[in-house]
Amino acid sequence: MSTLDSKIPPGPIDKKWTDHKGHIRIVAPSNKRRIDIIVVGTGLAGGAAAASLAEMGYNVKAFCFQDSARRAHSIAAQGGINAAKNYQNDGDSTYRLFYDTVKGGDYRSREANVYRLAEVSANIIDQCVAQGVPFARDYGGLLDNRSFGGVQVSRTFYARGQTGQQLLLGAYSALMRQVGKGAVQMFDRHEMLDVVIVDGKARGIIARNLITGEIERHGAHAVLLCTGGYGNVFFLSTNAMGSNVTAAWKAHKRGAYFGNPCYTQIHPTCIPVSGTHQSKLTLMSESLRNDGRIWVPKNMEDAKAIREGKKKGSDIPEADRDYYLERRYPAFGNLVPRDVASRAAKERCDAGFGVNKTGEAVYLDFSAAIQRYGKQQANMQKVENASPEQVRELGTAVVSEKYGNLFDMYENIVGEDPYKHAMKIYPAVHYTMGGLWVDYNLQTTVPGLFCLGEANFSDHGANRLGASALMQGLADGYFVIPYTVGDYLADDIRTGPIDTKRPEFDAAEKEQKDRINHFLNNKGTKPVDDFHRRLGKVMWDKCGMARNAQGLTEAVTEIRRIREEFWKDVRVPGTANEFNQELEKAGRIADFLELGELMCMDALNRNESCGGHFREESQELDGPQQGEAKRDDENYAYVAAWEWLGEAGKANLHKEHLEFNEVKLTQRSYK
Amino acid sequence: MGNMKLTLKIWRQNGPNDQGKIVDYPVSDVSEDMSFLEMLDVLNDDLVRKGEDPIAFDHDCREGICGMCSLFINGEPHGPGRGITTCQLHMRMFKDGDTIHVEPWRSAAFPVIKDLATNRSALDRIQAAGGFVSVNTSGNLVDGNALPIPKDDADTAFDAATCIGCGACVATCPNGSAMLFTAAKVSQLSLLPQGKPERKRRALAMVEQMDKEGFGNCSNTGACEVECPKGISISHIARLHREYLVATVTKE
Repeated sequence: MSTLDSKIPPGPIDKKWTDHKGHIRIVAPSNKRRIDIIVVGTGLAGGAAAASLAEMGYNVKAFCFQDSARRAHSIAAQGGINAAKNYQNDGDSTYRLFYDTVKGGDYRSREANVYRLAEVSANIIDQCVAQGVPFARDYGGLLDNRSFGGVQVSRTFYARGQTGQQLLLGAYSALMRQVGKGAVQMFDRHEMLDVVIVDGKARGIIARNLITGEIERHGAHAVLLCTGGYGNVFFLSTNAMGSNVTAAWKAHKRGAYFGNPCYTQIHPTCIPVSGTHQSKLTLMSESLRNDGRIWVPKNMEDAKAIREGKKKGSDIPEADRDYYLERRYPAFGNLVPRDVASRAAKERCDAGFGVNKTGEAVYLDFSAAIQRYGKQQANMQKVENASPEQVRELGTAVVSEKYGNLFDMYENIVGEDPYKHAMKIYPAVHYTMGGLWVDYNLQTTVPGLFCLGEANFSDHGANRLGASALMQGLADGYFVIPYTVGDYLADDIRTGPIDTKRPEFDAAEKEQKDRINHFLNNKGTKPVDDFHRRLGKVMWDKCGMARNAQGLTEAVTEIRRIREEFWKDVRVPGTANEFNQELEKAGRIADFLELGELMCMDALNRNESCGGHFREESQELDGPQQGEAKRDDENYAYVAAWEWLGEAGKANLHKEHLEFNEVKLTQRSYK
Repeated sequence: MGNMKLTLKIWRQNGPNDQGKIVDYPVSDVSEDMSFLEMLDVLNDDLVRKGEDPIAFDHDCREGICGMCSLFINGEPHGPGRGITTCQLHMRMFKDGDTIHVEPWRSAAFPVIKDLATNRSALDRIQAAGGFVSVNTSGNLVDGNALPIPKDDADTAFDAATCIGCGACVATCPNGSAMLFTAAKVSQLSLLPQGKPERKRRALAMVEQMDKEGFGNCSNTGACEVECPKGISISHIARLHREYLVATVTKE
């Protein structure tokens, strides 16, 4: 059994990383050529890591299940990337970014990791600029910034509403440069099915070529999992259809502890569900909350009339609208952090004030912003006695310039003009803060197995702030792993190539082939999606925005039932040796069906509310914070790291106690 | 559920060497709120339950940014509608009773893998030939603001950089040319100071790779610009021509 050693270096927090880098072992250039590294996933973390390690001289094999490395889901990030550059002279600093991130994460992250993240954030911007990433610039030609939720400075760098795309294409171009040189071997349309452990160390993977169906063995001296989050366990989420937990879950089953699986981020501003055919949910960027006001009707009769189609939002007079975020959180208003905004929307809808057919939607209204900008423009353009229509027109132009692509996207999906009618939004699963437990070097509890980006648990605690996911992915890939992996690999300079004919590879390959054959020979009656939908509903209803002991206990039973039925009754058509998308899905859902249960166990164990994890039993009962989440620092200031015990539903809890030496634990108030 | 009834004529092909054919699928209960791909999900669900082989098609993010989805619908890449990908196409663009033709991208450089899924790795190889700035990861680069970039240049570079690499430009081009794709990357990097030192080498190498992959030549039909889901302008192709010409006549 492994023990939890976070390997946090000694010394003052602002010296830890520099000292650590100066003292860990490195691999000489001539020896790097003798070392192979596997990188699974080519998003911001994986793409950056694969490119950087190849530049250093290691032999890299990179894998992704998509048809090109450029399609990893990092590409969909809209808003921006945080960095403590203080270009706006608004008092930003490494310390402030560190502090905001620890506070935003509701004091459930590891201080040393977060400080390092803040420390390298400025380098990321310089690196991306050097690659030719076209960040937004002002008329002086300098980089522009904007604000995001939960902070009081402007430190977010952006590229219109497509920041993730531009950063990923930067990492992808660096990666393709190495592919062109032959330093990285690229395996697209390949899915990792298992990690192979030899003498206690990760020494390779089993992967399936998704075009031919061939099961392949790949050996390496270290394996890096950069495989993203597991939000698709909920079926409906803002993740891409292919996003999955398989790589991380298989690593877990081979000995890597899973950290804080219950920490899920529900994003407050997504387009609501429209019907049973729905395959995914679409996010509307957090930046919209800069100008949009969120409300529901004050009177139940109005809400009912809207749901029945007898009234429209615009029929409700100003005095009868409840701007509930502004009412409850006057200091931050519509820009409270994501977890707080999501819960407040759910509270209003559960109370019966929802504004669409399903009763699960609130308004995100730009009419006030259109008026405000319209009047401002009328003054600037010297339009005297502007008519209401003119003001509207002028204001609409400003809003369109700022958020046009998002408004178009909304109209496309919903079929309603958001400039005329307030948008309807509802929270949806977006990001998972939990993931494989890693130490300060990003190594899991399996030696030689590292985990980067959203796939690990490390930097965001119980709630991630906007524009911090891109920062973490690139920090891990460009600036952390290139150093820390060398310390591990220094022992491997004489190992020689890993022999993939070893019995450990035979066994792992056989296991995967047997599983595939089981699916294909099962001849059940229901397609994979049927089970995925049912799992998603249980997770959303009982392990979603609000959780309680009874619901979680029921969820565990229900998930077990679905899982049993899945193995007995799933129907997977086709054969093993072809392009078979149903077979791909079957493997992924089988893993989600096990992970879901662990998430519920973790949520049940954590009898406190923190960040995205809200236990109904643990809330403030009176006083000014009534109804807000209540943390329990005395009993739960730890990372829950779960060890697999051979079968689903059996796991051993290990605790990494979190020490806070720099930041004082207080109640997170946005009132 | 909705109440639209449609006839789908879908290209089925078992592998790159199979001949392939159009197969008819009647679908009903289609809701106008469904996306086109959700409509195919419902059809596939039905096919699997009936013991038939579901239709293979590429897709991932389903929000128009990853570039993975790729259907040729009623003779247009990404179907009717402008500035959107297939995953953003909704059934309200169609009428009850419509017949819809669905085919894969057609290009010599994009062999069919199965049904509607094709292999677009040729685009990756063009990128690998020169679509980058040769800078290694380093914590010691100059400050991001040390080199101001005029806003107009930055904005035009951005317009080119929005390419999602879906290949619609190739699919719609009568010559199967990848000029818009290649031009977008060459243009982005030649407009930015970071990309200037390598601009000649880049233009030559990317065009050479493009030709090697079997893409056709550009004859200025302009179809690519019309069908590009990101609205990338063919003026970038003009810039590629200039970059290539200068690189050819001044190379040492």
